[in-house]
Amino acid sequence: MDSNIAHTVGLWSYATEKLKALGYLCGLVSEKGPDSEDLNRTVDLLAGLGAERPETANTAQSPYKKLKEALSSVEAFEKHYLDLSHATIEMYTSIGRIRSAKFVGKDLAEFYMRKKSPQKAESYLQGALKNYLAEGWALPITHTQKQLAECQKHLGQIENYLQTSSLLAGDHHLTEEERTYFCQEILNFASQHTDSPGHKVVLPMHSFAHLRDLRFTPANAVVHVGGILSVEITVCSQMPIPVRVEQITISVHFSVEKNSYRKTAEWLTKHKTSNGIISFPAETLPFPASQNSLPALELYEMFERSPSDNSLNTTGIICKNVHMLLRRQESGAALDSPSGVALEDGPHVLQCGDVTLAPGANTVTFRTQAKEPGTYTLRQLCASAGPVCFVLPHLYPLAQYDVYSQEPQLHVEPLADSLLAGIPQKVKFTVTTGHYTVKNGDSLQLSNVEAMPVLCHAENRAVIYSNAREKASEASLRVQSSDKVTSISLPAVPAYHVIEFELEVLSLPSAPATAGESSALGVTEAQRKHKDTPKAGHCMATTDHKVSIECPWSIYSTVIALTFSMPFRTTHALLSSGTRKYIQVCVQNLSDLDFRLSDSALADVGGSADLQLRPLNLESQQHICSRQSVFFVWELTWTREPPPPLHARFSVGFRPASQERLTVSLKPYTYEFQVENFFTLYNVRAEILPPAGMELCRTGALCALEVAITRLSDLLEVDRDEALTESDEHFSTKLMYEVVDNSSNWAVCGKSSGVISMPVVPQATHRVHMEVMPLFAGYLPLPDIRLFKYLPHHSAHSSQLDADSWIENDSLSVDKHVDDQLDSSSIKSRGSVHSAASSEHKGLPMPRLQALPPGQVFNSSAGMQILVIPSKDDHVLEVSVT
Amino acid sequence: MAVCVAVIAKENYPLYIRSVPTENELKFHYMVHTSLDVVDEKISAMGKALVDQRELYLGLLYPTEDYKVYGYVTNSKVKFVMVVDSSNPALRDNEIRSMFRKLHNSYTDVMCNPFYNPGDRIQSRAFDSMVTSMMIQVC
Repeated sequence: MDSNIAHTVGLWSYATEKLKALGYLCGLVSEKGPDSEDLNRTVDLLAGLGAERPETANTAQSPYKKLKEALSSVEAFEKHYLDLSHATIEMYTSIGRIRSAKFVGKDLAEFYMRKKSPQKAESYLQGALKNYLAEGWALPITHTQKQLAECQKHLGQIENYLQTSSLLAGDHHLTEEERTYFCQEILNFASQHTDSPGHKVVLPMHSFAHLRDLRFTPANAVVHVGGILSVEITVCSQMPIPVRVEQITISVHFSVEKNSYRKTAEWLTKHKTSNGIISFPAETLPFPASQNSLPALELYEMFERSPSDNSLNTTGIICKNVHMLLRRQESGAALDSPSGVALEDGPHVLQCGDVTLAPGANTVTFRTQAKEPGTYTLRQLCASAGPVCFVLPHLYPLAQYDVYSQEPQLHVEPLADSLLAGIPQKVKFTVTTGHYTVKNGDSLQLSNVEAMPVLCHAENRAVIYSNAREKASEASLRVQSSDKVTSISLPAVPAYHVIEFELEVLSLPSAPATAGESSALGVTEAQRKHKDTPKAGHCMATTDHKVSIECPWSIYSTVIALTFSMPFRTTHALLSSGTRKYIQVCVQNLSDLDFRLSDSALADVGGSADLQLRPLNLESQQHICSRQSVFFVWELTWTREPPPPLHARFSVGFRPASQERLTVSLKPYTYEFQVENFFTLYNVRAEILPPAGMELCRTGALCALEVAITRLSDLLEVDRDEALTESDEHFSTKLMYEVVDNSSNWAVCGKSSGVISMPVVPQATHRVHMEVMPLFAGYLPLPDIRLFKYLPHHSAHSSQLDADSWIENDSLSVDKHVDDQLDSSSIKSRGSVHSAASSEHKGLPMPRLQALPPGQVFNSSAGMQILVIPSKDDHVLEVSVT
Repeated sequence: MAVCVAVIAKENYPLYIRSVPTENELKFHYMVHTSLDVVDEKISAMGKALVDQRELYLGLLYPTEDYKVYGYVTNSKVKFVMVVDSSNPALRDNEIRSMFRKLHNSYTDVMCNPFYNPGDRIQSRAFDSMVTSMMIQVC
């Protein structure tokens, strides 16, 4: 029997169908039972059946009899129909034709509905609906849902009915009227039950409307405490008619991340993306469910940078939810209607009331004022009309906004790139009020630094910006300066604004600049440090001033360090001409600004009347451009010989070239230096004589070089050193001369250096002869002749000295053994510049050379040039032909 | 000649279903849906045979009073179901087979379209016109 079911079941279902049709026709299934017309029809049908066939007439339950019986009364029909239906369904189910079974079940459900027993119908309808949902057949789903809606309505299952109604209202397979009808059902229910505070009917939102995108204003979703944030959402309503919703709420989850730099104001304003629109994925069709069970691919870009120079190494795309995608799909899972959605309730909500959602896209704006700092995550979206709530349980992707609280801050920085000392400079003060509201009467108190006064002007203006760097207003500041404190009164400004104003400060030079390397001068005052950094290359000397400012929002005072750079660099030089001396001061402008120099003066600080300085500068005012140097020259004269050393102070007034008129008088720039031992002691004169018989020197021919070293003065204090020897009331000192040609114009032949003993009497002359050979033709300068003080030492090993350094040609002889008498301790005095022989010998005392100060030796033949003619008129030219 | 043509995906949801507009579409939807039972049966019955011997044309699935339902399955388990009017006696098996072959060719063309994602509804106009040509011959 069972094996034949597959073949016979078609007949059974056919029979069921036909019986149903007959029943409907005869009015046996209607509500009120058959009326007279139906009865007539039944009688006609029965009559038309004719007589029973003889084969089956004897059996008790022949089909003929059954049919007759079924058509005769309502109950009989019901019995037979139910029998047939159940049998068919069983048969279908047993052979595995589930769909057909469900289809017959639907017919049965329709029968039950007409018979006013909806509870029996419900199970069949639910079963059929499940089947259709699983397989994703749209029209059957819609039709079955319609039937189910009616069933639920009769059963009084309000929540289910509303749920189905909402699904149907958004279903595009229905006509407009039908959709409107179902939508109206929901609205009617909502309006009926507004009074009763009964429990809420919570329905999922996907049938009612869907969320398309969300936008924050400000765009980076970062706002300070007290600021206004607005959230704009676009909701697409799937209802056919405009629906008035009492309230749309977004419940917000608040979290505070402690000790996280990522949530501070600076990080947030820098790192949050500027595009504030978050799009939600389009609602995929609930069917076919199998297609929908795969979650969307979450793809992210990935960049890999090299650690050394942050350049891009690799880039790729990563899928972050691979484990979800590759999960084994459980059959039949999650196909049921969504389980009850829980309505979240919390202290933080964004609300918007009384919104009418028209069919299609609607924009709803929420406004909130930020209260506590932290991160707020939007969780649930709920639209409620009366007791009916449509809830979107989980907003994904995450929408968050951050609220930060910022501490008030004060920034002081120079207006230009760097501050220059000595002239008024503008400094910009920026006050970020943060969470602090500046009231009338709040002021900044600067403790005065003596070397850096704050210049007060009559009128100071401050500009106030809002948090978004928009200019809000201007106000006037009052700056009051007293002995110790400069008080700047701030205008009244609300929180999270920025006040900007400028002040002029002047850095006074506390001590004149000194020549050469200067060590750090420590001035012990609590608030003042004075540092002179050694000049490296051509950097400006800098001075730091520290100012302590008391702010009204904090009990601690802010210490601001301002660095001022000295725009000038000064050097001095001693120039000689014979015995006349000149002091040259060079002022170099290292800054980017042009200055005007005026009133240059050089004064003798030592105050001795024996020295006079005659200025040779005629201009009273000089313009010094950026990076330019200006030179000042004075002639130095003395009335007493030998002249005392000179302590000079150079001072020059300066002001910026762009300002014609100064608001405040500026102190002049001073520079102190010392000049010692500038009195000329020796005069060196060199002469080159052409070889005998020739008029002019020729290249390649040896010429005679005669050097005359003349002592100009008597014994002076400076001569008293180890080189001095006394014999018979005559003093003589030892000098070493050296003839070097660094420019390879001359070849010095023979001995080029030697030690001479110079008597310390005026006009005593020593002549040295040597031979040189010119290497080139033309006007050649003379080779360099240098003089050194020769400080001999008692040395038994005089052979350590270079053989060359022994005198052969001098007209005066030298006593070699004078060395032994001198003290060996002279080695340890201040360093010598040049050593004749290799100074690496350990432990053996050596004679030393000491360079003579530049003022003491004058080379009167310094600029001379000798004409050298080429040796031959003919030249050899090599030509090669290939 | 066909009253309703349907292309069913492997997961048993319709990729394409179209019927003669004069009739109740819902009825055809149900009919095609229930015919899937028979198709599944036939496929599973044939499944024991080797792949080569499996035939694509399934033949008459089940007859009703007014209509006949024919089935066809491809190698990728995509099913074609066609409902024809019983009243038309001239329709033979061969003609049905040829109609299914045409359907199969058109379906292959749709699949070859690089912009078509397998599993989406078929919205190709060429496919539509081919199905229309099959259905128009009713009159």
